[in-house]
Amino acid sequence: MKRISVYISSLLLGVVLLTGCHKQLDRTEPNTLPSGNVYTSEAGYLQVLAKVYGSMALTGNQGPAGNGDVAGIDEGTSDFLRLFWKAQELSTDEAVVAWNDPGIQDFHNMNWSSSNPMTKGLYYRCTYIVTLCNEFIRESEPGKVSGRGITGTAADNIKRMRAETRFVRAFAYWVLLDLYGKPGFTTENDPIGKFNPKQTNRAELFTYIEGELKAIEADLSNARTADYGRADKAAAWSLLARLYLNAKVYIDTDKYTEAITYSKRVIDAGYGLLSDYRWLCMADNNVSNPEFIWTLNYDGVKSKNWGGTTFLVNASVGGDMDRTVSGLTGWGGIRTTRRLPDLFPDVNGNGDKRAQFATGTQNIEINNVSEFKDGLAVIKFRNRTRSGGFGVDPEKTFSDIDFPVFRLAEMYLIYAEAVKRGGTGGADAQALIYLNALRSRAQVTAAPLGFYTVDYIIDERARELHWEGFRRTDLIRFNRFVEDTYLWPWKGGVKSGTGVSAVRKLYPIPDSEIAANPNLVQHTGY
Amino acid sequence: MTLHRLLARAGAMALMLMVLAMNVFAQGKTVTGKVTDSKDGTPVANASVTIKGTSRGTTTDAGGNFRIAVDNNNAVLVISSVGFTEYELTVGAQTDFAITLAAAQGTLNEVVVVGYGTQRKRDLSGAVATVSSKDFVKGAIQTPEQLIAGKVAGVQITPNSGAPGSGSRIRIRGGASLNASNDPLIVIDGVPVDNGGISGATNPLNLINPNDIETFTILKDPSAAAIYGSRASNGVILITTKKGKKGKTRFNFSAQGFVQTPHKLVDVLTADEVRSIVNVKGTPAQVALLGKESTDWQDQIFRNAFAQDFNLSATGAFANGKWPFRISGGYLNQDGILKTGNFQRMTGALNLSPGFFNNKLKVDLNLKGSRTTNFFANEGAIGNAVTFDPTKPVNSNSARYGGYWEWTDPDGLPTQLSNRNPVGLLYNRDNTSEVYRSIGNIQFDYQLPFVKGLRANLNLGYDVSKGSGTNIVSDSAADTYRRKGIYNPYHQERTNKLMDFYFNYASNIRAVNSRIDVTAGTGYQDFEFYSFNNPDRRYNGDIVPESEPNFISQAPGYTLISYYGRLVYSLANKYTLTANARTDGSSRFSKSTRWGFFPSVAVAWQINEENFLKDVKVISNLKFRVGYGVTGQQDFPELYGYIPVYELANNQAQYQFGNSFVNMLRPSAYDATLRWETTTNINAAIDFGFVDNRISGTVEGFVRKTKDLLSVVPIPAGSNFTNQLFTNVGNIESKGLEVTINAVPVKSKNIEWEIGANFTYVVPEITKLLVNEDPNFTGLAVGGISGGTGNTIQRHIVGERPASFYVYKQIYDANNKPIEGLYEDLNRDGIINEKDLYIYQSPEARYFLGVSSNITIDRFTAGFVMRGSIGNYAYSNVNANMGVLRQIVNPLGFLANGSKDYLNTGFVNNQYFSDYYVQNASFLRMDNINFGYDAGEVAKNVRLRITANIQNVFVLSKYKGVDAEIVGGIDNTIYPRPRTYVLGLNFDF
Repeated sequence: MKRISVYISSLLLGVVLLTGCHKQLDRTEPNTLPSGNVYTSEAGYLQVLAKVYGSMALTGNQGPAGNGDVAGIDEGTSDFLRLFWKAQELSTDEAVVAWNDPGIQDFHNMNWSSSNPMTKGLYYRCTYIVTLCNEFIRESEPGKVSGRGITGTAADNIKRMRAETRFVRAFAYWVLLDLYGKPGFTTENDPIGKFNPKQTNRAELFTYIEGELKAIEADLSNARTADYGRADKAAAWSLLARLYLNAKVYIDTDKYTEAITYSKRVIDAGYGLLSDYRWLCMADNNVSNPEFIWTLNYDGVKSKNWGGTTFLVNASVGGDMDRTVSGLTGWGGIRTTRRLPDLFPDVNGNGDKRAQFATGTQNIEINNVSEFKDGLAVIKFRNRTRSGGFGVDPEKTFSDIDFPVFRLAEMYLIYAEAVKRGGTGGADAQALIYLNALRSRAQVTAAPLGFYTVDYIIDERARELHWEGFRRTDLIRFNRFVEDTYLWPWKGGVKSGTGVSAVRKLYPIPDSEIAANPNLVQHTGY
Repeated sequence: MTLHRLLARAGAMALMLMVLAMNVFAQGKTVTGKVTDSKDGTPVANASVTIKGTSRGTTTDAGGNFRIAVDNNNAVLVISSVGFTEYELTVGAQTDFAITLAAAQGTLNEVVVVGYGTQRKRDLSGAVATVSSKDFVKGAIQTPEQLIAGKVAGVQITPNSGAPGSGSRIRIRGGASLNASNDPLIVIDGVPVDNGGISGATNPLNLINPNDIETFTILKDPSAAAIYGSRASNGVILITTKKGKKGKTRFNFSAQGFVQTPHKLVDVLTADEVRSIVNVKGTPAQVALLGKESTDWQDQIFRNAFAQDFNLSATGAFANGKWPFRISGGYLNQDGILKTGNFQRMTGALNLSPGFFNNKLKVDLNLKGSRTTNFFANEGAIGNAVTFDPTKPVNSNSARYGGYWEWTDPDGLPTQLSNRNPVGLLYNRDNTSEVYRSIGNIQFDYQLPFVKGLRANLNLGYDVSKGSGTNIVSDSAADTYRRKGIYNPYHQERTNKLMDFYFNYASNIRAVNSRIDVTAGTGYQDFEFYSFNNPDRRYNGDIVPESEPNFISQAPGYTLISYYGRLVYSLANKYTLTANARTDGSSRFSKSTRWGFFPSVAVAWQINEENFLKDVKVISNLKFRVGYGVTGQQDFPELYGYIPVYELANNQAQYQFGNSFVNMLRPSAYDATLRWETTTNINAAIDFGFVDNRISGTVEGFVRKTKDLLSVVPIPAGSNFTNQLFTNVGNIESKGLEVTINAVPVKSKNIEWEIGANFTYVVPEITKLLVNEDPNFTGLAVGGISGGTGNTIQRHIVGERPASFYVYKQIYDANNKPIEGLYEDLNRDGIINEKDLYIYQSPEARYFLGVSSNITIDRFTAGFVMRGSIGNYAYSNVNANMGVLRQIVNPLGFLANGSKDYLNTGFVNNQYFSDYYVQNASFLRMDNINFGYDAGEVAKNVRLRITANIQNVFVLSKYKGVDAEIVGGIDNTIYPRPRTYVLGLNFDF
């Protein structure tokens, strides 16, 4: 028996020794930073801030692809801009696409459902951006920053970053407000886990975005003083101006006066028009450009993805088009219906330089949406430089073109429209000066006082801002999106165009989100 | 003592012993004998003949003959062989013996390898199946799992493709998980091996030489497998390799030559058919693109491939029989049927199993090593051979693109979205790799003094592999022309270390007619996966800008610590109780969730031992078993899913602030509450044997429920840094029935005929899938297909089998031709949209079966193995993607070939989601027909056996694609499984 007890005690000893080994079960992930090690310096904050902005421009953590932010959608189509652009342009008269990717033709047919991967992807992209911003805002709370021993200029810089992040979040919420109406709502006060966020609505969200933008104004850099690509006071004002212009749609209340106030504030901050309209969407549009207020930045070598302006350039080249004009190769995807070229006196730019179409073997009529040659190609986005050079990518695949989210021309147009729609604090004469500035740059003769109407504005917006992601919002504001009073080829899936249900003014909350979060209620009609 | 001196001393001792032994022999005499089976007089080969009280011995040859020297007439010979009762005789004056061995009564004391030790077969109460080398599938077997394909009920082995050295998908009872691994745990000589792939090897198991394997034991249900608790949810396959044997050194040499032929390819349009279609349906611009050639691209890329396989082994004992050994070497050289592909494998294995201190300490050392070299043919050529325009020639008149004809844009560069010349894809690429793997273990089993029946067992093992290679694509190749080719080396290492220690106590308690067998132990296993990160290089070695990695290497890994115990109690040789308990800690979970507890209990009742049946001679075995057990699962891609970390973006995903670019830091999604997925299983079975087990078998039923399923599911947006989180959700449930029958219809002196059949019915069903259940949830999209971007054809959906097809219901015209774009409005809302998609069939069979038979007539043998699968459906992605007009004349500026199915449907555009493409892929495959001839002693002491095989002889199936058997059910131009003709010679000497 003694022997047995020896065995038992040695077994116990073994167990004790092994229990010591239990700490071997605490393994750490190589090549990553525990969250505690990230926010120890201003540089760490800056790298997360880069992700906040980068989440709007790129698809993930690996360029061009391979480690995406958003799941359940092909990574190449999961970036903010590509999805936003599709939702805002393919559903309108400004664009058609030849491809057959799942759900993409639904935009023309206006029969998307809550399982459409594109509208799903955009919803998840926006909520991802919000969650990321929440994290940064949580971690940059002034008390936390000082608690980490960061003070002085560094702390001030982090304070500014925090305000910028709140701006980015407000922008993402504006997209959700405009396209989805009543998304799930989270702030920095929510945890990270798998809880069920509550649902918001347009009125609450409008108030929230407005409040946030006003609250951060003081902490943002003065207009035109921030690093290129980072938001300043003018970016916040621009978003407020856009929000107020559409307030009637969002909350059924006119806010044209406020739209005038904030667009004017931007205009007066010292921005100017880039001298040549055709330089706006070129590879070196970040250089000597007084017009851009806030951009999404791309680089053909250092900031690569399959969406963004890489998509806009490649997808718009196909057929027999000369590849060197746009500077990248062609994927043969997007063109426009004749509604857009018909707004110009001439498709080749005579009389209005803003008309930039590839004609050649392209047909202005669209018999077959899937045929690239049906519909004029738009060559607004070109990865060439003003001096005739190409972009930095030696393989001519990725674009350097930065995408202007806000530029001065939009502020001019907001001002003019808000004045015409009865806002106070502005003047017709001033509006005409702005509109004539745009005409003049496009080499269109100046218009006289009393010339323009509200309807002129929407056409002028199309001429000036087409393919920059405005069209759906504009058509809705002008009651032309679902109505049968304004048609375009293949609207609603019919060649001659057809009106559709008013339900289509909002995109559905993704079915997977409705399923995952019991707090959410779908829009009636979906 | 240094190792050196130890070896020197051992050598000197061995020499002395040999001298001594020779002296001894000189005084004795030599006896000979023949050992036969008492039942039918057939010779018993490889029986062990030893001299009692010494360590001298020999084994019988294939004819049952032996020859041994004895010291004097008092010597006692002990003759034993697995499955037979041991036989002893005193030599006396006789010099030649005819010995008959009787089959061990009801294979009473036969033992089966189970986790951490062996168990008497009669005590088994769980679902355990054993296949030993004599029942292995014969022929040109390049990868171990193929040895048992079709042989075991409930075990489904599907070769992934016909590429040389490629692996198989192994499923035991269909798999218990959704996103976590459904692969069974594979344990080789006590070392749970790393199932994960390594760069440069298509299949980790192909690094093991099938010729070195003695038995497979498959633990199918948790009551059997729970001893491997943490990793046993999908069953366990225990592989035991061949061991050394006492006796005269014997050699075996085998040589096989085989030829593989591609016997079925995708049915594509001919060049003339393409010309007539384009002439009628194409635009003038497209007609102008037509060429004048007639090229059969599939014919251009496939070939008849040759291979040789050589194996040499020696078995015997060193040091006067004290150190039994087996040493073997193998060499396989196989070309792929896809041109340029080649696979070569060199293997070596050593087993030493000496005993010390009167055999109280037994040591078992196994070392296995292999080196494989691969030339990976570019499998992209297979799809391109289907789609490449057959009116074009193989070669162009220009040196550009390697001299191959390619589609070009107006600027002369390769068309961005077009397909590529398949021959160019093959010959412009040079992707070679070299992979080393070694698996080894040393096991010490010590009979402890003072307490009879108490053993301590220590097992130390490792499994290391190292793969490296280089992928080179010429800068002239069209597919990488813009990036100027590829020159990318890669390197990866995987290390798996193991320590296991247990006590075992076994004793008969005669007073109560009982036997008790208790095991208790602990284990530690550590995995590390090391890989280098290299910049992306062009063919000339230039680095693609900003492709330098942030980190030059990484070595993620995980650790498991386990404590386990097993009790086997049997009463009166009739009633057996087996209880297992195991607790595992995994580094994949947080401190509060990391330990899982996995118990099991099973009982068995040997009914034919009861008095009321004991005298019924016709029943040789009747046993009822029932078991219940819980197992865990932690084998999923996320190694650190519970830890919040930030991850640095690569240099091609920087973000520009002002004039500088900043590397982004991204918080990773995590689930701090991640915990074990657990599977509960109930298993009930009857084992039977009639007429001396001439007819035997098992009927087994099971219900398996997995809860806290680890899966990637949509979570509420905004609640984490992702919209689809890897977390514990959902349940899955499987029910199944397995029937195994083996029969020996004829067994006489010269003729033996065996038939084995097994049948499995298994249906898994997802019973819960979301954190918050929602009846309207249309499921998780899975099963990505070719065509468009991001299209999926399958769903995980509650109430259905995993990965069921999710499609529209096609409407047909009067001639039974599908009408393009016309589907049934299933929800009757007047619109055809996603709401009309429905679940239609699943890629997993409900029934599968295996039939094999073997007949021996004198010196001839013949046999076959057949496998079948009923109720599995496949989605013909080949037809859905390539069988439409848009494929042939597309708007992208090039022509392509299409699948012949276009002639059936006439579809203009792709109708990816039509259920027309989901087709019944039930099949019956004649896997193997084999013949053998025993040429007997062709030279002094040299015996020869000649074999011939045909593998993949035919497939009976309604499915029209290349092969009905498709892992995952999406038929998308797979590497076709060739037909193989094998000729082999096997020498024993």
